[in-house]
Amino acid sequence: MTLETKPRPAPAPPRTGNRRVSAALHRSPRLRLAGLLTAPAAWLILVYIAALAALLITALWTVDTFTGKVSTTWTFDNILTVTTDPVYQAITLRTLRIAVVVTLIDMVIALPIAFFIAKVADKRWEKLLIVAVLMPLWASYLVKAYAWRNVLAEGGLLEWLGAPVGVNSPGYSETAVVLTLAYIWLPYMILPLHAGFERVPDSLIEASGDLGAKPLATLRLVILPILVPSIIAGTIFTFSLSLGDYITAQIVGGTTQMLGTVVYANVGAANNLPLAAAVAFIPIAIIMIYLFVVRRTGALNNL
Amino acid sequence: MTQTALNPGEKTVSSNVPAISLRGLTKEFGETTAVDGIDLEIRQGEFFSMLGPSGSGKTTVLRLIAGFESPTSGTVELEGTDVTARAPFDRDVNTVFQDYALFPHMSLIDNVAYGLRVRGVPKRERRERAAAALDRVQLGSFLGRRPSQLSGGQRQRVALARALVVEPRVLLLDEPLGALDLKLRQQMQVELKELQRSLGITFIFVTHDQEEALTMSDRIGVFNAGRLVQVGTAKEIYDRPNGEFVANFVGTSNIFPAAVGSSLYGKAEAFSVRPERLRLAHPGGAGRDGSTAILGIVSALVYLGHATQVRVAISDGTTVVVLVHPAALAEEDVTPGREVAVEWRTSDVVWLPPTG
Repeated sequence: MTLETKPRPAPAPPRTGNRRVSAALHRSPRLRLAGLLTAPAAWLILVYIAALAALLITALWTVDTFTGKVSTTWTFDNILTVTTDPVYQAITLRTLRIAVVVTLIDMVIALPIAFFIAKVADKRWEKLLIVAVLMPLWASYLVKAYAWRNVLAEGGLLEWLGAPVGVNSPGYSETAVVLTLAYIWLPYMILPLHAGFERVPDSLIEASGDLGAKPLATLRLVILPILVPSIIAGTIFTFSLSLGDYITAQIVGGTTQMLGTVVYANVGAANNLPLAAAVAFIPIAIIMIYLFVVRRTGALNNL
Repeated sequence: MTQTALNPGEKTVSSNVPAISLRGLTKEFGETTAVDGIDLEIRQGEFFSMLGPSGSGKTTVLRLIAGFESPTSGTVELEGTDVTARAPFDRDVNTVFQDYALFPHMSLIDNVAYGLRVRGVPKRERRERAAAALDRVQLGSFLGRRPSQLSGGQRQRVALARALVVEPRVLLLDEPLGALDLKLRQQMQVELKELQRSLGITFIFVTHDQEEALTMSDRIGVFNAGRLVQVGTAKEIYDRPNGEFVANFVGTSNIFPAAVGSSLYGKAEAFSVRPERLRLAHPGGAGRDGSTAILGIVSALVYLGHATQVRVAISDGTTVVVLVHPAALAEEDVTPGREVAVEWRTSDVVWLPPTG
């Protein structure tokens, strides 16, 4: 650098490679966007869409019964089997029923809990309660499922508690699966509901009472309608998580088969990957339909 | 059951009974006392303002009247009936909230019809009445809109219509104009006052804006630190403040310390004179009958447009503010550093006892 005493126009910056790239990016917003999005978009396509596509393709192949190897002969047999065979239909319906019941139970339990945390408890208690709700998520899923296995077992906690009031433990059954799943996914329902209650300003509740509404009317006409997107967000979690579950069903379900257990059995013991892929498409299809239906409510904006 | 129809002829309560009467009303939040022993009677059909700085307890008093808080001690009476233990939905008062609290998931007409809906008014009638109420606040063509599609001033009107459609005995307004810009606020002040006059409902208006309180109210209650400092008409509050707090909070005041009081009048008490009651005079030509003058040096001029504030430092170091009109200023050669006499009529002096 030389020292100049005379003022003169700022010298043009040297036209290095970096500067040229920067200038080009500055001039072209499309180029900028492409630079930013290419990597994540490629990742999404590779990991998410390509994996789904691979699943679909696998479902259209078969397994050579002699060698046990996947043969790449195209066929719709697997898809037809899982959609028309009464066994698979029954399993699909059972899985759907379990997911719906789990979602309903969680909704009923989570609503008052979330309301209490968001609107009744003071700030310090609110934080503690949130931690308490999140705490079970720190424990392994397996540990919780096995804990329920003990609770539900013959001579277990539930039987001991229920005996004086004449309630029997459901044993290892579909009911046991519902109970366990409802317990495991409950935090996923409480959290969005809590966020939803937080978004209802106190003044709205006060205004409703002020205008003459009794508490139940306020709940029905003001709080619940505002909460609908949060409720749907919660149901998406509990419903889809229950729909895909296979571990709980194995641990506490006894002979109860869910779609997940069928996939698991076909990937492992039965060594029929194409059939497993075809079965896996059922919950995907159900959830897509559900998401399509709830998209209209705006609930997806709250996830 | 709350009264659903309130035609003027149906009013059975004698108008001598105060609309609201508060007795020894106290509210404590943990350690702090937000409202400290308020005794107040608000007459029927009155436009009453609760004026005070933030944290002075005025909004808490409003919430105690509405029933959103229950008092630590004391009672709230509505037209002679003790309602202290009643829930908000059981009180014949309605509130216009500071944030309007419109239901975001309902159209305007559903918002306004809400109070009628929960009272079991048939659908057709409540829609008619809600539409009429929205019409009255010039929003008759926006029935189907959502609150989010409205401007602040329009939301404020909806909140007003929603509270008035159920025909309450008393309407509580919690700083409803706070979020509006100056022009709109002034316009709404006039409209609110008009509305109150035509409906004849008691309005209790909470504000921290002294100008707003002065322009709109029949009477004003000035709050400070949870206590009611002074109650009176706008003129009484402005012309005869009963202490330094009110003199300072309502309008601007020149507070002269007790020393000046004793040297001028032989009374060792602070006193105040409003800036517009002061005049500037030549140092020699002051001191007519019934007026008092004091010498000082002009320290600054602040141009306000409609007038000029002249700040004058008087001998003991106090700075007084004199509001001078443009015409008067043109006659005098007032520049900083010049010696002037500040003069006022002795009758304009307001003595401020030490404990307001």
